[in-house]
Amino acid sequence: MSSEWPLWEVFIRGQHGLNHRHVGSLHAPDAEMAICNARDVYTRRNEGVSIWVVQSNQITASAPSEKGPLFEPSNSKVYRHPTFFDIPAEVGHM
Amino acid sequence: MYAQMVKAEGAKSREEMTVEERAFQDRIDRGEKIEPKEWMPEGYRKTLIRQIGQHAHSEIVGQLPEGNWITRAPTLERKAILLAKVQDEAGHGLYLYSAAETLGVSRDELLELLHNGKMKYSSIFNYPTLNWADIGTVGWLVDGAAIMNQVQLQKTSYGPYSRAMIRICKEESFHQRQGYDILLKMCLQGTPEQKAMAQDAMNRFWYPALMMFGPSDKDSVHSAQSMQWKIKINTNDELRQKFVDQTVPQAEYLGLTIPDPNLKWNEEKGGYDFSEPDWDEFFDVIAGNGPCNAERMEARVTAWEDGAWFREGLMAHAKKQDARRAAARIAAE
Repeated sequence: MSSEWPLWEVFIRGQHGLNHRHVGSLHAPDAEMAICNARDVYTRRNEGVSIWVVQSNQITASAPSEKGPLFEPSNSKVYRHPTFFDIPAEVGHM
Repeated sequence: MYAQMVKAEGAKSREEMTVEERAFQDRIDRGEKIEPKEWMPEGYRKTLIRQIGQHAHSEIVGQLPEGNWITRAPTLERKAILLAKVQDEAGHGLYLYSAAETLGVSRDELLELLHNGKMKYSSIFNYPTLNWADIGTVGWLVDGAAIMNQVQLQKTSYGPYSRAMIRICKEESFHQRQGYDILLKMCLQGTPEQKAMAQDAMNRFWYPALMMFGPSDKDSVHSAQSMQWKIKINTNDELRQKFVDQTVPQAEYLGLTIPDPNLKWNEEKGGYDFSEPDWDEFFDVIAGNGPCNAERMEARVTAWEDGAWFREGLMAHAKKQDARRAAARIAAE
């Protein structure tokens, strides 16, 4: 078997001024073809106004097994949420 | 459905599970999604590759019976619609191959397994599409049965598979409606000959459509583990019953007769009684002896082999461009 086309991750910006969002992946020989293929595979029904593609092997991901230690520091800091603070009712909306 | 007879091991009891397996099962029971790279039992991974792969192959092979009618569609509008539908099927195949790839198998490997007969696709696509009413019937019954299966699979435990299913379901309802619309035209506004064509298509596709859900639960040895892992949500028989109950009134509206003398409303169970399809025929088609198995595989393999020079050419071009860009960068430095 000859060399397989590399895998690309596809990110699409929807119609409503949102962030680009990961929608899936596809194979393409290069970035230009990846954009063309992404249009055909992921935006057949007006799902987007902009496409990003990035080769999958260029993505660095956090390890699922380190989920605990990685996110624990934010778990323990409840004061980061506004609901941590009681504001007297007389003060009104804040 | 699109994945019939997926081999899986028997379900394990909690006592038989390792600590890791038990923690994994707990996550599934809590309704958590399993994501790529997270720990999973080898059997879970293997069963999913088989099921998602078979599902992907079905989408791709499923293009063939319909593609047969793109050049023969009766109007330009019908042709454009059918083209869009067949293009969707290609897209659905690609979503599913991508989902399978997250489990550590490549798309080319999956295609090779399809081409050398080691992986299967749905039995339904081994039946021919002989007249235009077949295209209506395929959309209505075959895509209808597929939706029945895919809707429940949106809740499947493996994240990438579930997300692919959500996408597919959004697009699939167009497929069923365009099929029913063809039959509405033929049955309600058509000539007696056109209506006869529709009935003929119904007669040929009814039982093969029922077979799409796979063998009866009592003969389906692989279901228990898959249901425990939430790779499968409903049993084959539950889905088949739902499909019949949904389809009968739609057939009545068209004035088509379902080719089953035993079809009868059962007040007690709140559903229809109906005849089982001929399971010998099903196993025979799965084994490769259906009317179109050879033709379908030949079309797939030919397309793959004839496309090789093109895939390689684009790859060579991409490498050359990369090298050129790298050289330019070095020159500039």
